[in-house]
Amino acid sequence: MSTTENAPLLQVDNLVVEYPSKRFRAKPFRALTDITISIGRGETLGLVGESGSGKTTLGRAVLGLAPVTGGRILFEGQDISHATRRQRRTLSRDLQVVFQDPYTSLNPALEIGDILAEPLGVQGMEQSKAKTRVKELLDQVGLPSDALHRLPREFSGGQRQRVAIARALALSPKLIVCDEPVSALDLSTQARVLDLFLQIQQDTGVSYLFVSHDLDVVRHISHRVAVMYHGEIVEQGPAELITRDPEHPYTQRLLLASPVPDPDRQEQRRADRHRLLEIQRQQHEQADALA
Amino acid sequence: MTESLESSPLTPVPGTTGQTGTVVRSTVLKRLFKNPLGILAIVILLAISLLAIFADVLAPFEENFANISKTLAAPDAVNILGTDSSGRDVWSRLLFGARLTLLSALLCAAVAIAIGLPAGLIAGYYAGKFEAVSNWVVSILMSLPGLIVLLTIRAAFGPSVWIAMIAFGVLISPSYFRLTRSAVQSVRNELYVDAARVSGLSDPRIITRHIFSVVRAPIIIQTAAIAGVAIAIQSGLEFLGLGDPAKATWGVMLSEGFKNVYLTPTLLFWPAFAMALTIGALVLLGNAIRDALEDGEKIKHRRKPAVKGTTTAPAAAAKRSARKTPAAVDAGTEHHLVKVTNLGVGYPQADGSLKKVVDDVSFHVDRGEILGIVGESGSGKSQTAFSILGLLPDTARIVAGSIQFDGNYTVAPGEELVSQERLSRLRGRRISYIPQEPMSNLDPAFTIGYQLVTPMVRVLGISKAEATKRAMKLLSDVGITYPDRTFKAYPHEVSGGMAQRVLIAGAISCEPDLIIADEPTTALDVTVQADVLDLIRDLQRSLGVGVILVTHNFGVVADLCDRVVVMQNGRLVEEGAVRDILRQPKELYTQTLLASMLEGKTPMSMLVSSQKEPVS
Amino acid sequence: MIRFILKRLGSGLVVLFAVSVLTFFLLYISSGSIARNILGDQATPEQLAVKEAELGLDQPIVTRYFKWLTDALGGNLGASWFSSEPVANALATRIPVTMTMVFSAMILIAIVATLIGVAAAVKRGWVDRVVQIGAIIGDSIPGFVIGIILVTVLAIQLGLFPATSTISPGEPPSAWVLSLTLPVIALLINGVTGGAQQIRSAVIKQLERDYVRTLRSRGISEREVLFKHVLRSSAPAGLTVLSLQLIGMLGGVVIIEQIFALPGMGPLAVAATSQSDQPVVMGVVMYTVAVVILVNLVVDLLNGWLNPKVRAS
Repeated sequence: MSTTENAPLLQVDNLVVEYPSKRFRAKPFRALTDITISIGRGETLGLVGESGSGKTTLGRAVLGLAPVTGGRILFEGQDISHATRRQRRTLSRDLQVVFQDPYTSLNPALEIGDILAEPLGVQGMEQSKAKTRVKELLDQVGLPSDALHRLPREFSGGQRQRVAIARALALSPKLIVCDEPVSALDLSTQARVLDLFLQIQQDTGVSYLFVSHDLDVVRHISHRVAVMYHGEIVEQGPAELITRDPEHPYTQRLLLASPVPDPDRQEQRRADRHRLLEIQRQQHEQADALA
Repeated sequence: MTESLESSPLTPVPGTTGQTGTVVRSTVLKRLFKNPLGILAIVILLAISLLAIFADVLAPFEENFANISKTLAAPDAVNILGTDSSGRDVWSRLLFGARLTLLSALLCAAVAIAIGLPAGLIAGYYAGKFEAVSNWVVSILMSLPGLIVLLTIRAAFGPSVWIAMIAFGVLISPSYFRLTRSAVQSVRNELYVDAARVSGLSDPRIITRHIFSVVRAPIIIQTAAIAGVAIAIQSGLEFLGLGDPAKATWGVMLSEGFKNVYLTPTLLFWPAFAMALTIGALVLLGNAIRDALEDGEKIKHRRKPAVKGTTTAPAAAAKRSARKTPAAVDAGTEHHLVKVTNLGVGYPQADGSLKKVVDDVSFHVDRGEILGIVGESGSGKSQTAFSILGLLPDTARIVAGSIQFDGNYTVAPGEELVSQERLSRLRGRRISYIPQEPMSNLDPAFTIGYQLVTPMVRVLGISKAEATKRAMKLLSDVGITYPDRTFKAYPHEVSGGMAQRVLIAGAISCEPDLIIADEPTTALDVTVQADVLDLIRDLQRSLGVGVILVTHNFGVVADLCDRVVVMQNGRLVEEGAVRDILRQPKELYTQTLLASMLEGKTPMSMLVSSQKEPVS
Repeated sequence: MIRFILKRLGSGLVVLFAVSVLTFFLLYISSGSIARNILGDQATPEQLAVKEAELGLDQPIVTRYFKWLTDALGGNLGASWFSSEPVANALATRIPVTMTMVFSAMILIAIVATLIGVAAAVKRGWVDRVVQIGAIIGDSIPGFVIGIILVTVLAIQLGLFPATSTISPGEPPSAWVLSLTLPVIALLINGVTGGAQQIRSAVIKQLERDYVRTLRSRGISEREVLFKHVLRSSAPAGLTVLSLQLIGMLGGVVIIEQIFALPGMGPLAVAATSQSDQPVVMGVVMYTVAVVILVNLVVDLLNGWLNPKVRAS
């Protein structure tokens, strides 16, 4: 047991994910190449990248929703790369998920109470106990207790995302994979949901693997940040460093591409961006000339 | 401040905005019983079933009892529907026929469901080899002409109704298979199914709990249709004389009637009527269930919506004035490129009320100016933009105010609809549009070149060759490296960023005075967004065109806009120069929005003091 | 393109093979009493044995099947066990009658259903309601019952059309048209109502698509948006229904021909199957399945032509 105490909560070593091609004998599609990350207890690792960079696939691989073709995923020192459904059931007490789209991550036909009780029921919790727990959860995510017998469509996007967070919290997990949990939300709602994530971490000491395309969001919520590009991690380190003074050319471009809400500072940023692109272009040409 | 449930800016879900938590939930069954046609169908089917079940008691005669002395008799007190050519009682035979017909339809549907449903569930959920094999079997079954096969089956197994119906059930099972499979496929990758997997739910539990509920209703609708087809097929076989001659069925009665058509055509009427009534009730039931499943609160199409606050007189006057040239705009406002005055847009609801999505909004745009309309979802920003374009959904009504473009009304005061006649002369030529989602805004069936060239040919009246030349130039102007390759490509062959450049090229192709851009960079990656913003800025400067930029992103506003309008719940909150709004917002709402921005905040600090989701 | 066609033809042949095996073995079940059926009750066991040997019924089923298959591949479909008429001849005289009806009904369905469906989708309001009600009525009455009603009312009571066939070589074309009018109407009504509903919902769905709004914003006229873009995108849905309806019609036409006493494939199929006349049944089944496979191929090709994305894959 002592070894698992010191080991990180989640350890991903040289992970490779490949999807078999639909076409006969065609090469499989490689979604992730040689991914190595780790998350400690109570820590948030922010995962940033653009669409198709593989950041969502990494989260899904940890959850057992994407095929692991190479490397290992260790949770509390235990290899879960190819966990069976039975092992997953045990694992689900410690490892949970909040998805991007609050409209499709809740079954429209089920009442909120039933949705929240689902993970409890899988673990064999008694109904009366589960009921108490569900009420606790609603309170924890700031939803009224009369939400129990209502359907998802009666709630706004932000409220639904709170339901999804409550479902993830139901079994008091140690790690929650958050896949773009605020990108479908309006600005002011996003702020409140981010506050909720931070509050929950303060209260429970849960760890997050927080996937987002938005550097500002990732900077705000993460202790450490990993940047993904074309299925690889190009850079990772402390959030402040990576999101303010990145080394990798792609992260530099990403940072300067995001506009700031002030015309004059944005003009400055735009000029900086054009300068950066010009420098990178010249470097690229020099590299080509050398080769 | 509420978030609305709107999924798309142009399809407001009625009765949701601002009513979160008060929506009355009605089940499908309840809605079904509210539909008079649904009730009628259920009553008819129940009545026919009862008649069939109690045929022994209700029928005055045995099904084959023949009174030879009383053939082809007209209805009387004993034989209420008369007798056939063998002197058999038509009413009694109709009842016994109903029993056989309904049972055979049930048998057929049961067999088809027993095969198609599980196969469809497995193929849809697990895919793989099972799906490949079933698809192959299905393609064979579906290329068999049913009746011919049934004739062959009859040759092999003899004239049994039950064997024929079992065989037909097998033949028609692909319809359940395909229905189930596609329903399962559509939910298999839903996030809530993923969430259930993460929770460790077993596959059978996932299927019964999350997937079966999706399939249930379509199966019932399908069964209504299949039962109708089964009745038709079964009767058809009997009509051909291929059934069991000892059994009374509607098909046999039809055949019997047809033989005596010159003598007593009414013999034909009763079985045909019974058949049409039964199948018709099944069709109605299917339709009613489908309607009940679709949102019960759907807006009804009304020719004359009862709009609050708009009496009939001005509406009629508006119709009259729409035919003539509209009134002149207020003096001193002609120089504005666009002027929106007290605009109200609403959707008439089924209950006669009006849901306002834009309320009392006024602003203007001048030539060469970029105006930003900022707001969250449900703020009415897109609805405002589309009323200027005249591209609101059919159900939308202008309930107040006016819109003028370049000194002429496009919506004069008192008009209820945007005049398509006036706007069709402006759209494409002087007002153009850049949409949000690049991929869905190109027709997948036509090349990019075609979609650029045709508007130029139609609007500018230039030749195809000249339009092609201009399209190439436009494509290179919007920063596409190989214009000729993109010109020949179909939309699915280019990336999202490229498609958005194509749409921008289309928007500027006819040198408009005003471009309406609806969240033009929201669907793009941040790095692509920066490039597209640069492109829009450069083009706007070189063309001197006025732009209305609809967005939720203050960064985009800061990057492009001269002036800003902030909207919330359909109303205009605040208007001003971009620096004033972003640096010293006067209104609380604007302040709250800006405070929600993450840029410049201390990481891991709380952004909002209140933790609860506000209730409006 | 050519590879696609060859691939589809190949899989079509496999389907044809599978169907031939199935049908052949089904017919085997009832082939025990064939010789007696042909020769009658008076036949002696010796005569029966001779007849069975003559028809090859004394051989194992697999041998018989391969004999049939090799003959068929060589273009010889055999002759009827009862009338001795060569199957190819029997089909050749009957196919024109049946296929004239089926394909004219198909073409009419395509045209009429499209017109009605588009009108209902675009005009909505009362046009839509009339179409919807018409569809319910059309769906409620099986095609052959419509046929019976048409004969009774228009032909027998009012005498506007011939009640039975006047098709024979000497007749003028106008008599042909007149005698085929009612059967074709009976055949197409279900197809029109079903097809119109499909086209209607497809057009409504397409009209709500984003690109339609963008086309309008570019100054493209409503007519061009509808007929060039929306109709083209709605066509695959219509084509799929049409191909399913053709399969249904190939069965439905059997009853229609019976009602109108037309010398098509229907009476042949009914007679052959009730006698278990194996060569004729095999001929009829193979022919109809081949028609279905070809029509499905044409539909797939049309869909590919209409949708470049399908073409690519």
